[in-house]
Amino acid sequence: MDIYVCIKRVADTSEVDIEIDRTGLALTEDDFSYDINEWDNFAVEAALQLKEEHGGKVTALTVGIEDDEEVLRRALAMGCDEALHLSDPCFEGSDAWGIAQILSAALKGKPLDLLLFGTVSADEGAGQTGGFVAGLLDLPMVSLATSLKVNGSIATVSHEVEGGLERVRELDLPAVVTVQTGINEPRYVSIRGIRKVSGIEIPVSGVGDLGLDPNQVGASGARVKLEELFLPPQGQSAQMLEGSDDEIIDKLLDLLQENGGL
Amino acid sequence: MKFELDKAQKDIQKAAKRFAKGEFDKELALELETTHTYPMDIWRKACEEGFIGLHFPDQYGGSDFGQLENVLVLEQFCQRDSGIGAAMLTAPFACEIILHHGTDEQKEKYLNQVTSGEAISAGAFTEPAHGSDITSMATTAVKDGDEWLINGVKTFITNAGICGFYVLLVQTDAEAGHKGQSMFIVDADAPGIDVASVGEKMGLKMIPTGEVSFKDVRVPASSLLGVENKGFYQVLQFFDESRLGVAAQALGTAQGAFDRAVEYVKGREQFGQKIGKFQALQHKIAEMATQLELARLITYKAAWLADNKKPDAKLSAMAKYYAGKIASEVASESMQLLGGYGYITEFEVERFYRDARITEIYEGTREIQKNIIAGHVLGRF
Repeated sequence: MDIYVCIKRVADTSEVDIEIDRTGLALTEDDFSYDINEWDNFAVEAALQLKEEHGGKVTALTVGIEDDEEVLRRALAMGCDEALHLSDPCFEGSDAWGIAQILSAALKGKPLDLLLFGTVSADEGAGQTGGFVAGLLDLPMVSLATSLKVNGSIATVSHEVEGGLERVRELDLPAVVTVQTGINEPRYVSIRGIRKVSGIEIPVSGVGDLGLDPNQVGASGARVKLEELFLPPQGQSAQMLEGSDDEIIDKLLDLLQENGGL
Repeated sequence: MKFELDKAQKDIQKAAKRFAKGEFDKELALELETTHTYPMDIWRKACEEGFIGLHFPDQYGGSDFGQLENVLVLEQFCQRDSGIGAAMLTAPFACEIILHHGTDEQKEKYLNQVTSGEAISAGAFTEPAHGSDITSMATTAVKDGDEWLINGVKTFITNAGICGFYVLLVQTDAEAGHKGQSMFIVDADAPGIDVASVGEKMGLKMIPTGEVSFKDVRVPASSLLGVENKGFYQVLQFFDESRLGVAAQALGTAQGAFDRAVEYVKGREQFGQKIGKFQALQHKIAEMATQLELARLITYKAAWLADNKKPDAKLSAMAKYYAGKIASEVASESMQLLGGYGYITEFEVERFYRDARITEIYEGTREIQKNIIAGHVLGRF
């Protein structure tokens, strides 16, 4: 099986306070650490498990600046066979449509059986890229996969639908699947894996290599423009309870009782 | 001068952080601490992922990385949990002596055991009458044909009772003082070895610390580690390296306590505002952050020098001394910032404080580190 998995490096905002920078269009990222988008980590694991079961090759791709290469090394250290870094100054400012064009240009003509994405990225949260790429490559697609099996040329995918239901679909390969967290238990990046990939040069493809028109991508090709970024105003109704777990539980019970919640 | 970790080092830092986040569960740590249980499952997983002995060569189950990479891992581990982190630090204790002085057979056998999760190691140097002063040992090894006969008592032995083997410092020439000391590797199940607890400890409660007695313990000649009567020098060389690990432990423990305090002062409200808004507390935070940065720089530099074939005993002692000192101070201040909650076990900082204190004592007290530093600064005069 030839499996491709598209991944993204995102800021880990769980351990820092989010602040908007002076432009009002970006976050102050001085204290951020970066890591693979959590959904994509599950997609990498799903790809590796399928390779272990069926044989073949897993290739990881990302679109981004030089520093974003770290998530590709990470994927290689987890067990991916190859990586491709799609990087060019004119990619900067791409919206999901632009990213999808870059990815699909890189994937066109490749011997592809399965293309995996994380369902959504933690930073943009749009969940569009997988769908756009499926459209551009004219491939069938299922999103929000909670289980993924392959038998011959058919993939069987369980995925989340409205109302808490799950639906099972069969897809003819090649196909695109976007993966939900919890589909598996991603392996750790091992020290031996890091050692193995530490000297590897990851190939980089730019706008010319992909045969793209620079105006198609980046800020100039973006159809979605960011107008403003702001932190939602602090609501008056939220009350933070403090204390030990037991104290918080007691306070919560009192509040629920006082306000007719129990 | 370049103050930046390389790509692989950053990858290792992140891998260690993620592993610790996934495995070092707060509730589990409290239970292990209360029941005085070594985190065996976590240790085995850490071995599987290559964290234990990552600075050993590939042929012995390591990854050919250096002490700096080991420091980065230990810092992350201790930052997440001071107790479990310390257990991971001490799991391959004293194995560097085997790495540098062992025969190929000894390396093959023992280093592979510690990297594969088959055995934990222990270094047995201290004796009831010989703590900081190890220039003469009461424990002896006497040649008896093709064997050595070992007798004596070692105390404050980390991992006593759970280890697979001891790396032992003994007197082989009673008349020669420190020039008559040798080292042996002794399997922990050898007849004549007995282990007793040294009693309840302030911290590091997951890790056993014991008194190990050797009564007519027979070991083959092949158990001699390194050169006969050069054991003292082998141990001193080891301490220069092992102090880097303790510095990393101290640094991570301090950072872990500090992180918890920072989170607390940003959320805790008193007198109508978050307590982190009070300048008195801000200045404390600034001092602690500066101390942490200094400890980190000195520890990384000492480890980098060791990896670049320029080991610096003075800097190694400085790293251990300073990181240990600020670990106690930062953990204590962090506890203070949490007020009453700092004194409560569930808030973790009190455990970090208790675990920090040992870094000023074991692997050479802070006073011994100062002796080493002063000795290098003043020289002979």
